[in-house]
Amino acid sequence: MSYLEYAVKSAPTGFRKVLYLNWPLTLLLMSVAGVGVLMLYSVAGGSFTPWAEPQIKRFVLGLAVMFSIAMVPIWFWRNMAAVAYGLSVLLLFAVEFFGSIGMGAQRWIDLGFMRLQPSELTKITLVMMLAAYYDWLPAQKTSRLFWVLVPVVLILLPTFLVLKQPDLGTALLLLIAGAGVMFLAGVHWGYFAFVLAISIGLVTAVFESRGTPWQLLKDYQYRRIDTFLDPGSDPLGAGYHITQSKIALGSGGWAGRGFMQGTQSRLNFLPEKHTDFIFTTLAEEFGFIGGVSLLTLYALIIVFCIASAISERDRFSSLATMGIAITFFLFFAVNMSMVMGLAPVVGVPLPMVSYGGSAMLVLMAAFGIVQSAHVHRPR
Amino acid sequence: MRRNPRELSLLQRSTSRRTLLVGGLQLAFAGGLALRMRYLQIDQADQFRLLAEENRINIRLIPPARGKIFDRNGNVLAQNSPSYRIVIVREDAGDVDQVLQHLSELIPLDQEELDRALTEMRRSPPFLPVTLADQRGWDDISKVAVNAPALPGITPEVGLTRIYPRGADFAHVIGYVGPVSDYDLSKLEDPEPVLRIPRFQIGKVGLEAKREEMLRGKAGAKRVEVNATGRVMRELDRREGQPGADLQLTLDAELQNYVQARLGSESASAVVLDCETGDLRAIVSAPSFDPNLFVRGISVADYSKLTEDPHRPLSSKSVQGVYPPGSTFKVITALAALEEGIIGPTDTVYCPGYLEVSGRRFHCWRRGGHGHVDLETSLKQSCDVYYYDLAMKVGIDKISAMAQRFGIGVRHDLPMSAVARGLAPNRDWKQRVHGQEWLIGDTANASIGQGYMLASPLQLSVMTARVATGRSVTPRLIKSIDGIEQPSGAGEAMELNPVNLRMLRKGMYAVSNDRRGTAYGSRIIEDAFRMAGKTGTSQVRNITAAERASGVVRNEDLPWERRDHALFVCFAPYDKPKYAVSVVIEHGGGGSSVAAPVARDIMLQALYGDTPPLTAYPAKDRSRVKELQDRLRRERLRRDEEESGRA
Repeated sequence: MSYLEYAVKSAPTGFRKVLYLNWPLTLLLMSVAGVGVLMLYSVAGGSFTPWAEPQIKRFVLGLAVMFSIAMVPIWFWRNMAAVAYGLSVLLLFAVEFFGSIGMGAQRWIDLGFMRLQPSELTKITLVMMLAAYYDWLPAQKTSRLFWVLVPVVLILLPTFLVLKQPDLGTALLLLIAGAGVMFLAGVHWGYFAFVLAISIGLVTAVFESRGTPWQLLKDYQYRRIDTFLDPGSDPLGAGYHITQSKIALGSGGWAGRGFMQGTQSRLNFLPEKHTDFIFTTLAEEFGFIGGVSLLTLYALIIVFCIASAISERDRFSSLATMGIAITFFLFFAVNMSMVMGLAPVVGVPLPMVSYGGSAMLVLMAAFGIVQSAHVHRPR
Repeated sequence: MRRNPRELSLLQRSTSRRTLLVGGLQLAFAGGLALRMRYLQIDQADQFRLLAEENRINIRLIPPARGKIFDRNGNVLAQNSPSYRIVIVREDAGDVDQVLQHLSELIPLDQEELDRALTEMRRSPPFLPVTLADQRGWDDISKVAVNAPALPGITPEVGLTRIYPRGADFAHVIGYVGPVSDYDLSKLEDPEPVLRIPRFQIGKVGLEAKREEMLRGKAGAKRVEVNATGRVMRELDRREGQPGADLQLTLDAELQNYVQARLGSESASAVVLDCETGDLRAIVSAPSFDPNLFVRGISVADYSKLTEDPHRPLSSKSVQGVYPPGSTFKVITALAALEEGIIGPTDTVYCPGYLEVSGRRFHCWRRGGHGHVDLETSLKQSCDVYYYDLAMKVGIDKISAMAQRFGIGVRHDLPMSAVARGLAPNRDWKQRVHGQEWLIGDTANASIGQGYMLASPLQLSVMTARVATGRSVTPRLIKSIDGIEQPSGAGEAMELNPVNLRMLRKGMYAVSNDRRGTAYGSRIIEDAFRMAGKTGTSQVRNITAAERASGVVRNEDLPWERRDHALFVCFAPYDKPKYAVSVVIEHGGGGSSVAAPVARDIMLQALYGDTPPLTAYPAKDRSRVKELQDRLRRERLRRDEEESGRA
C-alpha cells in the first residue's frame, strides 16, 4: 500500500493530530534531555552556564522542530526525501571545498544562529532517501543486483565525503545505518554475507601481511591502527582518556558519588566531559543505578520506535522509523562502548545528552519524522 | 507504486520479521552494555575508587621551621624571619610583558633574576607561581599590594628565611644556610623529600652544616586535592611537622663582638675559653664577612672581593688555621722535662746566644744570650737555648706525647667547619709521612714550637686552660639543645705533678708581671685579675746564616706575608684561673708587642663581663682602650635602636 491508498479519512486532521502524537516517545525524549541538562549543570560545577542553558534553549527549539515536522503529513516528507538527500550531499561537498579554505578540518557551515554540520544532517537524509527508494522500488526487484547497487552508491557517496573530513565515526554510522535499512527492506541475506566475508577477508589480509614483504600498509599506519584498537598502548595519549574514563565509571560504584561530587570530572581528569565523555560523569555521580537508568530510557525509545514501525503498515514510514532508530541506537551504543573501553575513541556524542547544537536539532527533526509517521499512519 | 494486497502482506511480514530481529539485536547490545557497566561499577568498583583517589590526592610537604641559635645569654644569633617574595602566575597575568613593565616602574627588578624567571615561566604550566624577586623588604611589598589592581597575576608571598642579626661576628662559627643544590643532593644517598622543595635552605658551612639534622626538624605534610593539570583545589588535611631544635651556644655575643672589633682588620684570630667548664666564650676569626649575603645569594663582585682579600675573610682561622706555636709551646717542652725529672725548677742552663747541635748552630732570639737561665727566667724572657738543651735531654717522642696530652695534634670535636688537627711531630710520623729519619735539629726546632710543630688558636687556648687547671679541659660550643644542658667540658685531673704545674704557672705569671717579662707591657693592673701568659713569635721564613751575619732584617721592613706571626696565650686570674685566651695575629710581628696587648684587652673584657674600668689597664694604653670602648658603646646603642625600631 502506498500513501495514495491511505484511508485518509481515518487519519487525524488539524490540531487533533496533537492527540495522536507518540506521547510516550515524546516523554522519553524529554527525560533524556532532562538528564542531559542535569549533567551539563553538574560538569559546569553547578552552573547553568556555559552549557546547560544553551542546551535547554536548543532542546526547546528541537521540540518545536519535532512538532512542526510531525504536523506535516508523512507523504510530504517522503516526497522531500530525495531533495533533502541531494541537499545534504551538496552541503558535504560545500564543506569539503569551502571549509578547507577556512581552517583545517572544518566540518560546519555557519548559519548565523547556529553552526550546521552537514554530516549530522546526512545521517537522517540518507535514511529517508533509502526508505523512499524502497517505498518506490517494486518488491520483487529488491534483491536484483542493479537495484542493490543503487542504494550502495547512495550510501557510499556521503560516506566517502564524510570520511574525507575526516570523521570516521560518522562515516561508520552512515555505513551501518544504511546497511540496516537495506536489510530491513528485505535485500537478500547473501549480499550481506558476501560483503561481510569480503570485509573480514580484507581485514585479515591487512593484518596477516604485516611484517611480510607484501605488506599492504605502511608501518606508521599499522601503528595508528594499533593505537586505535588498543588505546592502552598509548598511555599518555588516547589511552590516558580511556583509563581516566574507566576510573571515573568504576569509582561510581552502585549508587555513585553523589550529584556534583564526581572527582574525576570535577577535577578535569575526564576529557571532553561535556560532550563525548558526559556519560562517564553520569556514571560516576549516579553510579550503576544512574547509568542503567539512562540505558533503559534509550532502550525504551528504541522499543517505542520498533512498535511504531511495525504498526505503520506504510513502507516508507516503517523503514524511516527503523532507520532513525538504528541511527539513534548507533549513537549511544558507540558512545557508551567507547567510554567503557569496549570500542576505540571515535567522536560520537551521547544523543540528546552531550552538549552540541547540530546533533540535537537533527535528532529532534528525525524524531519529527518518526512522529509524523506515527500520526499519519493508516488506522 | 500500486501493489497488490498479497504482495503487500508478504512484504510486511518479512519487514516486521527483520524489524524484530534488528530491534532484538539492539536490545541485546544494550543488555551487553549494562553487563559491562556492572563489571566496571560493581565488580571492580573498589579498585577504581582507589585509582580515583590516587588521581585526586597529592601529598605536599610543609617545610619545618629551622631551629634558632642563641648565645649563652639568650641573644639571638640565627633566626627565621618572614621573607617576602614577589611571584607571578602567568595565566592570571594575561600580558606578562606589560605587567612586568608596570612592576619595574614600582620596584627595582634585577635583570638577571628576571631573565631566569622568564625562562622558568616558559617551561612550567601557566598556573604555577614563578618567583620574580626574592628577599624583598616590606617597602617593596606594600608598593605591590597597593597597586594590585594594575598588576594582575602578581602576588606577594611570605616564606621563612634565615637571618643572622649579629652579622659578621658569628660568620665563622655559625656559618650560613643556602638553597639545596644538586651537588648537595648528589652527596646524600637517600635525601629526605623535604630537601627537594625548591629553595629549601640547608646549612652550608659551620654549625649550620654540622648540626643540620638537628636544626632542620621534620617536615610536615598536607594532603591536597589536585585537578588533572596538577593545580591545587583545596587542602584536605595536614599533619604539622616538627620544628628544628633550638641551640644555645656557650658563646657570649657581647664578648664575641668585642673581640671581633679588637682584632679589627688584622688577619687574626682569638679564642676565649672558660677554664672551669670548657665553654668557649668567644671564638673569632678576623676579618669576617656578613653571612646574610650568602643566604640571599652573594653577588659575583662581593664574592670575589672576599676571595681576593689577602687577609682571607672566608677562612675560619681560629679552628682551621694552623701555625707554628712558637715560644708559646715552651710550656709543653718544659713540662715534658719536668715530668721526666730531667731538670728541676731551679736547675740552670747557660745561654751564650746559641746552641751547637750536631754541627749546626741554633740561635736564641737574643743574639747576646741570656747567661744562666732557670725555668722561670726561661719562660719570662723566652730563652730559646734553655729549651734546645731541655729537648736534647728529653727527646722528641716525650715532647710530642706531652703536646698531644695538651691537645696539640688532636682534633677537638667542635661542630664547626674544617676543625684542624694540627701536628705534634715525632720520629714515627716523619718516617711515615716524609720517609726520612728524624734529625736532632728537628727536635731543637720543635722544642720552641717551630719546624713541623703546628697548632690552631683553639688548640693553644685548650693547652693554656689545661696548664692553668691541671684538668683535661675540653672545649664546648653547644650549651644546650632545646633546653637540655649538654655535658660540661671541665675534664678530669691530668695525672701531672702539681708542683711542676705550679712552677710553670709561676713562670707564666712572671712573663706579664715581672718587669723583665716579655709581656710586662701588657699586664693587668687590677690585683684580683692578675694574668699569666706566654708570648710567641713564629717565623714563617728561614733566616739564612748570611742574613744572621749581616743582621736579621726587622719585621717592619719585610713584606707583610713574610713577617712573623705574633702569638700570645694567657689565663687569669692567676690564683683561680677563670679564662684562657689565645691570640694569633698572622704576620703581626712580635708576640709581646702585637699579640699580648690584644689578648690582655680581651681577657679584661671577659673577666669584667662588661666594659672594664680604665684603671685595669697600664697607663700608656688607656687612651687607645677608651677610644675603642666609646666606639663600641656607640655601635651597641645604634644596634639596640635598630632592633627596637624593628620590633
